[in-house]
Amino acid sequence: MLLSNLEILPGKQVVKHLGLVQGSSVRSKHAGRDFLSGIKNIFGGELTAYTELLQDSREQATERMTAQAKSVGANAVLNIRFSTSSIAAGAAEIYVYGTAVELVDG
Amino acid sequence: MDNLLIFIGLLMCGWFFGRRAEKKHYKSIIEREHKFNAIPAIASRFPPADTVYDQKLVAGSTVVSSDYFKSITAAMINIFGGEVKPYEALIDRARRESILRMKLQAKNAGADMVFNIKMETSAISAGKIGAIEVLAYGTALIPPNTNTVIEADNLNVAT
Repeated sequence: MLLSNLEILPGKQVVKHLGLVQGSSVRSKHAGRDFLSGIKNIFGGELTAYTELLQDSREQATERMTAQAKSVGANAVLNIRFSTSSIAAGAAEIYVYGTAVELVDG
Repeated sequence: MDNLLIFIGLLMCGWFFGRRAEKKHYKSIIEREHKFNAIPAIASRFPPADTVYDQKLVAGSTVVSSDYFKSITAAMINIFGGEVKPYEALIDRARRESILRMKLQAKNAGADMVFNIKMETSAISAGKIGAIEVLAYGTALIPPNTNTVIEADNLNVAT
């Protein structure tokens, strides 16, 4: 599966548009981690726990999107966009979407 | 009185550790930026048409937290209005770090450049925690016939 956030791929041709595919994932950290991050908030610096959390979350959302693209028979997803929103205290939603297409060389 | 002491203690902690972390971070950012200058990040949507590149989606993200001193200073600036300098530096750090992480992924994939960079900033509010997440993503263009082994990275999407 080719994933790209470009719209045009040099050397490749889109033979079929299969519509929008998407994946999302909502995750939160357990209270202990939240507490530790609260302490980090006094001293400043990177919140590694959250960076990891969001990365895992993004990976899962991408997997879900890829699975959906596969199920509609696509071999590539173009023009991918990510979006993040915090929906509640301590939880974030990662949303990823793109256009599923069928590509051929040439 | 006790409360005032705690407040001043927190303020000093924030000022000292926050400043130290920021200086250290900027030093490492500038160092790595020089290293990754060879892989330009380009915001254009149209890749060069003369070569057929392999492509791979690359992304880098950072969550940075404000410190107590910054939060209090920003709250004070907020009363009078104006430029909130402490937060500008914070977001700048997060952004540059994200781009560097993205470039690291691109480098591991053997890419020449990264096209169509998109940046996204969002506030992560876990309770009282003031933190922002910056995500940078783009398409890495890998020149054909490179035998670079694609290393495992944070976003395993090239399957």
